[in-house]
Amino acid sequence: MSLLDIFKRRASAPVARERLQVLLAYERNNRDQPDLVAVLREEIMAVIAKHVQVNQDDVRITMDRGKTTSTLEIDINIPNAGAAASTAL
Amino acid sequence: MGKVVVVTSGKGGVGKTTSTAALGGVLAQTGKKVVLIDFDVGLRNLDLVMGAERRVVFDLVNVTQGVAKLSQALIRDKRVESLFLLPASQTRDKDALTEEGVANVIGKLRDKFDYVLCDSPAGIERGAQLAMRFADEAIIVTNPEVSSVRDSDRIIGLLDSKTLKAEQGEDVTKHVLVTRYDTARAARGEMLSIDDVLEILSVPLLGIIPENQGVLRASNVGSPVTLNEPANAAARAYADAARRLQGEDVPMVLPVEKKGLLNRLLGRRVA
Repeated sequence: MSLLDIFKRRASAPVARERLQVLLAYERNNRDQPDLVAVLREEIMAVIAKHVQVNQDDVRITMDRGKTTSTLEIDINIPNAGAAASTAL
Repeated sequence: MGKVVVVTSGKGGVGKTTSTAALGGVLAQTGKKVVLIDFDVGLRNLDLVMGAERRVVFDLVNVTQGVAKLSQALIRDKRVESLFLLPASQTRDKDALTEEGVANVIGKLRDKFDYVLCDSPAGIERGAQLAMRFADEAIIVTNPEVSSVRDSDRIIGLLDSKTLKAEQGEDVTKHVLVTRYDTARAARGEMLSIDDVLEILSVPLLGIIPENQGVLRASNVGSPVTLNEPANAAARAYADAARRLQGEDVPMVLPVEKKGLLNRLLGRRVA
């Protein structure tokens, strides 16, 4: 069995532990308060909507929560001047 | 027009989420466009089993309430590009889902995907009934164990009465998927056999998934077992079940535990 162990891929339990730690740390923190990333997302979208009309289909939001930092990516196709809702650019 | 398939069971812990992920993974890998919907509002887990838990921005409830567009809430799988996940909401309670909202979402997904797999919550309450409401087909996940079989029987009753198809006088096509099967124990008479289960439920068999350690390894790392260890016995059983779901005639074989050198050599190939 030990010979087999040498060839075995990395044990999966540590991966599971780490994934759970990251997830639960986040969920416990957010249980009774608004989700920071959701708040940021809403406020950023509100600011943009104040200045340009953006079709909801032209907004791509992705997120990746990490152990120490998370990334929030908001990708918006803003229509150029000349398009219907022209703004001073 | 895609097919809407609910993965249900009544009883919890029998393998609905594991089976949804595994079947979805292998269907997508064979070229189908597949979306998995987690209906377990408040206790979502399909995101975790699929390894997408860090990437959830919007969820099913957000989409039904118009907060987010469907396209914004769908999470594309990082391994197979035709595989998508629509996560459940973690914070709201089950009443946040309305029948109209679900009808609308499923209607749109049905147009875009070949398979819409609905991962039902356990139980027979509203959440489970909404998950099966618009299904064309149902996969009833059953363990060869008395309480699971009993609960499957109740779910079959609901499929025959509470679904839209049933109300329109049609049938939801039903399949039984037996999971955590141990051929040796069944042979020794320590476990209900496949024949026992089928005789009691009288629903055709979609597949027999053996009890297998690879299933836990796959969920540990957040990957469907069919993608994580495709050569593994459970993964192959899921692949066969997926082919039967598509109407192929694949002979049913009782999973046998291979032992010894051959197994080790075959097992090695998996890594």
